[in-house]
Amino acid sequence: MAVVETRVLRKTFGDNAAVDGIDLRTEEGEYLVLLGPSGCGKTTLLRMIAGLERPTDGEVLIGDRVVNDLPPRARRIAMVFQSYALYPHKTVRANIAFPLVARGVDKDEQDKKIRWAAALLGIEHLLGQRPRQLSGGERQRVALARALVREPQVFLLDEPLSNLDAKLRALAREELKEFQRRVGTTTIYVTHDQVEAMGLGDRIAVLEKGRVQQIGTPWDIYHHPANTFVATFVGSPPMNLFERDQSLVGFRPEHLLPEEVVAEGDGRVPFKLHVERVEYLGSDRYVYGTIPELSSDKRVISRLPFTVTNPVDEDAVARFAVAESNLRFFDQQSGERSEPQPLKGLGA
Amino acid sequence: MTAANTGQTVAGEIEGRPRRYLLDREGLLGPLLLLPAVVYLLALVGFPLVMAILYSFTDITTGNPVLHFVGLDTFRDVLRDTVFRRSLRNTVVLTIVSQLLVVVLSTVLAFALRVDFRGKWFARFLILLPWTTPIAIGTIAWLWMLDSLFSPIDWVLGQVGLIQQGGHMYWLGKRDLAMASVIAVQAWRMLPLATVILLAGMSSIPQEIKEAAEIDGASFWRRLFHIELPLLLPITGVAVLFGLVFTFTDMTVVYVLTGGGPQNSTQVLASWAFYKGINGGSLGQGAAIAVFMFPVLAGFAALILRLANRAEVS
Repeated sequence: MAVVETRVLRKTFGDNAAVDGIDLRTEEGEYLVLLGPSGCGKTTLLRMIAGLERPTDGEVLIGDRVVNDLPPRARRIAMVFQSYALYPHKTVRANIAFPLVARGVDKDEQDKKIRWAAALLGIEHLLGQRPRQLSGGERQRVALARALVREPQVFLLDEPLSNLDAKLRALAREELKEFQRRVGTTTIYVTHDQVEAMGLGDRIAVLEKGRVQQIGTPWDIYHHPANTFVATFVGSPPMNLFERDQSLVGFRPEHLLPEEVVAEGDGRVPFKLHVERVEYLGSDRYVYGTIPELSSDKRVISRLPFTVTNPVDEDAVARFAVAESNLRFFDQQSGERSEPQPLKGLGA
Repeated sequence: MTAANTGQTVAGEIEGRPRRYLLDREGLLGPLLLLPAVVYLLALVGFPLVMAILYSFTDITTGNPVLHFVGLDTFRDVLRDTVFRRSLRNTVVLTIVSQLLVVVLSTVLAFALRVDFRGKWFARFLILLPWTTPIAIGTIAWLWMLDSLFSPIDWVLGQVGLIQQGGHMYWLGKRDLAMASVIAVQAWRMLPLATVILLAGMSSIPQEIKEAAEIDGASFWRRLFHIELPLLLPITGVAVLFGLVFTFTDMTVVYVLTGGGPQNSTQVLASWAFYKGINGGSLGQGAAIAVFMFPVLAGFAALILRLANRAEVS
C-alpha cells in the first residue's frame, strides 16, 4: 500500500494542456475517483501515474518516492484498462500468470497466487478458457485477477465498467467496492459516470480542462459544489442556476418542492412555478417549467420523489418553494462558490 | 368517402413500375456484378488450366498439334528427366529459403518502421518500391548488379577486403552462387509486401494490450516474443502464403537472371515447363511439368482461405 501524490503535474500535447498543474494526494488505502467529462484530462493523469505517459512538468510520487523516471513495471502498480486488454492468445490462467512469469516467480508460487486470485474473484472454473470465450463481466474479473496477483501498491482503474451493460454494471460496481475493501489497496479510479463516482469513491476529484475543480467526499461534492461546473456536472438532472443580484443562485431539482412540503421553519423561499410538463418516471416525477420572477426563459426542473403525492397540473401555475439552507450561491464572473445572501422580493 | 376508396388512394401513391426496382434485389444484383469476374476467370484461368491438364496426357507438340492421348507416358518421361527432378528440388528450396528470409527480415523491418521518425513516410515508400516495379525490370537491375565483370557488389567486396581487389565472384556463373542469387532476388522482391502486411497487422494490435504487458512487468523482449509476435502470427501466415504462391510459380527471375543455367542448375518448375513446352515445343511435356505445381498451389490456396476465415471470426 502506498500514497500516490502528484505535484503541479502538467502534460501538454502541442499547445493543448491535457493536464494543467494538478496537485493531488491520496490517503493510505483510499478509493479516489477521478471524475470528469471526456477530454478533461483524467485518463492522461492516470496514465502519467502509471508511467505510460511522461509528464511535461511536475512530479509523480508513489510511496513518497519520485517515480517520474521509472518505467511502469518498476512502479509496483497494476492497471485495469477500459478494454481489459487481456492477451487474446493466452488462456485465462496464462493471462493471470503473465505478471508473475515476467517477474520470475517460481512455478509453485505462481500456482498458489493464481488460485488465490481466482478464488477471490470467483473465476476458478474459467482458468482453462480463452478471453474471447468469456462474457464482459468475466473478462473484467480476469483483468482484476491479473492486476491482483502482482500485489501492487496501487490499483489504477480506467473506466473498467464502461463496457458492461447497465444491469451488470451495477453489480460489478458493488463487487469492485467490496473487492477493494478486502484487499485494502490504494485505488485510483477514472470514470465519467457520476453514479459510479458517488457510489465507489471515498473521495472524488472532479476534473475539467486539465484542472481539479474540487476534491472531496461524495457528500461534499454533491451538496457543497465548489463552483458552477461541479454543480451542473454532478447530479442528474443538474442543479438549477439563475442570475440574481450580481451572483448565481442554485438549487437542486429535488429541493424545489410544492410549498406545502417544505417545512416553514427552514426559512422557505417560495416561487411561482409555471408548469409546462410533468414526466412520470416511476420512482420520481420530473416537473419542467419556468419561474418568471427569476428568469422568463430559463427552464427549471423539479424532481418529486413518489412519496410527494401533491397533484401538479401541466400548463398551470403552482406554488413551489426551496428551503433557504438548500440554496447555493456562486460568483457570477468566476463561477466559484460565494457567501449565502438573502433573496429579496420573491414569491408571495 | 368509403374505407375502400381511401385504401385505393393510398395504393395509388406508392405505385411505381416494379421493373425500376429490379436492381434492389440482392439475389439479382449480386450475380450481375460478379459476372465479369467469373467470365474473366473462366476464360483466362479455367480454360488454360483445363487445356494444360488435357495436354499433359497427350504427346502434343508445336509441330504436331493433334490431341493424341498417351495416358501417363508423358508424366513418366518427365519424371525420368534429371533436369525435372532438379527443378522440383530447386523450386522447393528456393521457395522455403526465400520465405524464411522474408519472414525474419520483414518482421525486423516492420518493427523498425513502426517507430516514429523523420522521413518515415519516405523510408516506407522506398521499401515498397521493389514491389511496384515489374519483376522483369527489377531482375534486369539485379542482372547488372551481379554482372560477371562489372558487378558493384564485387567492387564493394574488394574494397572492404573480402575478395581480392579487382577480383570477381561470377555470381551467376557458379552453380551454388547462382542459386543463392536467385533466392536473394526472390526474397528482395517479396520483402516489401510482407513488410506492409505486417505493418498493417501491427497496427491492429490494440495499444492497451501492449501497455498492459508493459505494466505487467514485461521487458521489451518478453513483450516481443510473448505478446506481439504471437498476436502477429495469423497475419504473418497470410504474408508467407502470398510469398509462397508468388515464389513457387515465378519463372521471371530465373528466366532473366540465369536462364536456368549454368547447366540447368537453377531451373525451377515454372521455367523448365516454359523451356520444355514453349521453347522446346513439347507442349505435352511442358503441360505435365506445370501440372506438378497444381496440388501444391491448391494446398496453399486452401490454407489462405482458412486463414482468412479465421481472421474474420476473431
